[in-house]
Order: sequence, then structure tokens, then C-alpha cells
Amino acid sequence: MASAAPDAADAAPRVPYVLRLADASLVLAQRLGEWIGHAPALEEDLGLANTALDLMGQGRLLLAYAGELEGQGRDEDALAFLREEHAFLNPTLVEQPNGDFAHTMVRQFLFDAWQHELYAGLTSSSDERLAAIAAKALKETRYHLSYSSGWIIRLGDGTEESHARMQGALDALWPYTSELVETDELDRKMIAAGVAPPMEPIAEAWSARIDAVLRDATLARPAAAPYRWYGKQGRHSEHLGYLLADMQHLPRTHPGASW
Amino acid sequence: MEHEGERTDGWALYEIFIRARAGLDHKHVGSVHATDPRMALEHARDVYTRRQEGISIWVVRSADILASDPADADALFEPARDKVYRHPTFYDIPDEVKTL
Repeated sequence: MASAAPDAADAAPRVPYVLRLADASLVLAQRLGEWIGHAPALEEDLGLANTALDLMGQGRLLLAYAGELEGQGRDEDALAFLREEHAFLNPTLVEQPNGDFAHTMVRQFLFDAWQHELYAGLTSSSDERLAAIAAKALKETRYHLSYSSGWIIRLGDGTEESHARMQGALDALWPYTSELVETDELDRKMIAAGVAPPMEPIAEAWSARIDAVLRDATLARPAAAPYRWYGKQGRHSEHLGYLLADMQHLPRTHPGASW
Repeated sequence: MEHEGERTDGWALYEIFIRARAGLDHKHVGSVHATDPRMALEHARDVYTRRQEGISIWVVRSADILASDPADADALFEPARDKVYRHPTFYDIPDEVKTL
């Protein structure tokens, strides 16, 4: 049943699900922000910053909603800056280091292709607030996907050097994709409640998009990796801790600081 | 002849034209570097429409523009100077027309 304000019993299990979405956007925004001032061209610097700001905006809306659902008085800032590493529920992919431009773009493309399908599904969520956030974010994501797909094709089907770097980045990051399109107990609970969209069509569309772009990019899709990452359950790679130390340093050192 | 703005590393300069709103012309706003027209369009979006400056973008390779030579200005533009009768100054412009 559609309802703008779920009651307490419905709200509690939604908190970690909304945090998964929020942290995915927030952590990737932080990573992209590391490029500012370092991108290969001024135009890319702005492009990456724009994408980071879009993701940051999504993260804020979702964190604020998670805080309201939780009802413990934590706002978006408290959730972003005062949670420990294991309490972050982003997929492991987005916390992976920027590496070279190939790594950054492959990570972005794998994420954008996933977010695009997921958010399209979320627009018909039984949770009206989530549906509204997804509808707003979907327009941003559509642009991000076009931008990152362009780079995948350009560099994959570019020079021998760029092709090798892209394939290397794809091989390195592919093992982190399984948790994006596989469901766990929480996902299944949210799907059953109509809060999250069914995963099969999303996984299929994601996979088809990846194949189409990789074909144009003359890149080979890596084999499925047996090892599973579970960042969305709070079990992260070693990289998230450093990222959070960087991101949370100021508000933790100077609590309540303002401009 | 090597054109000004032409680079040898695969990047080129593109001139950017933005239409601010429906009914107005595309206006030149600046330029970006890009390796292909699609990238130029994305760069133009990212550099020149961050503050809702436009609803449409054109990109043109700078090298594809043939510009008049400032040294030819006398020959090109002087002859029009004493032909004021070419100005349509005898019309009343209706108040409703804002952007003529």
C-alpha cells in the first residue's frame, strides 16, 4: 500500500535500505571530489565535479530521509560524518580508489549503468518519498551514464595504450559488481514490500547495457569472480576507512563547526 | 596550412553556442577542448550550463570556422558606413516585441 509516511514498524527495516542507496551516492561523490584540480583537462575537472555534486545531492536527500525513518534525531550531517566504517552500507565498488582515469571511468560506468536501471525501477516504489527522490536523480543519472559510456568507448576503442588500461581497469573492478545485482535478505524484504523494484529485470538490463557498450569499446567482459564483496552489509574493502577519515576529519575535530 | 587552435594530440578546440531560452538565437559563449563532437557537447554542458544558462547547445570545430581578417575591415565594412538609408528606422516596433 502506497503511503507517504510509513508507520514505525514499516519504517525500521527501510532505514538500512535507504542508507545503502544514500551511501552509494555519498561515497562515490567523495571519490570523484578527489579529482578536483587534478583532472586531465579543465573541462573534465568540471565534468567530474558536476557528477560529484549530483551524487552528493542524492546522498543528502536519502540520508535526510533515512534519518527521519530512523527517528533518533540524526540528520544528514550526523549520518554522513559521525557513522563508523561498518555502519556505511555502500556497495564496495564505489569506495575503490580513483586509480588512473581508466579506473575512475570504468567504476563510474559500472555504477551509472546500475543506478540508471535501479532508479528507473524505484520511481514506482510504494514508498512515495523514495519514488520522488529516484525520479529527480534519474535525470542526473541518465547524463552520467551517457558521459561515462562515451569515455568507455572512446578509450576502449582508442589507442593500444588506452585499450590496455581500460581492460585492466575493467578486470580489476569487475569482481565488485556482483553485489550490485544480487539480492540478500534485506533486498528481498524490500522487494516484497514494494519499496524496492524486482532485481531480475534490473540485472538483465544492466548486463545488456554493459555488453552493448563493451562491444562498441572493443573490451572483453571479464568472467564472473567467485569471491563476493558485501559492502552493502557493512563489510568493506580496506579503502573505505581512509576515505572516511578524509571526509569526516573536519566535523569530528571541530564538532558543530559552521562557515 | 596549420590552423590556429589545431593540436596534434587528438584534441581540438570547439566553439560553443548556447540558446538561453526559446525564441532567442544561439549565442557564442566560449570554447572547450575535446577529442570529438560528442565530448565537446558534454564539455559545453558541464562548463557553460551549470547555472541554467541554456536550453540548447551547438558545438562547432573552431578549425571549421572561416573568420574575416581584421586587416580587411576597411574593405568589408567601411562601404556600409555612409548608407544609413539601409536602416529600417521608419517602422514603429510594437511594444509586445521584446527581443528584436
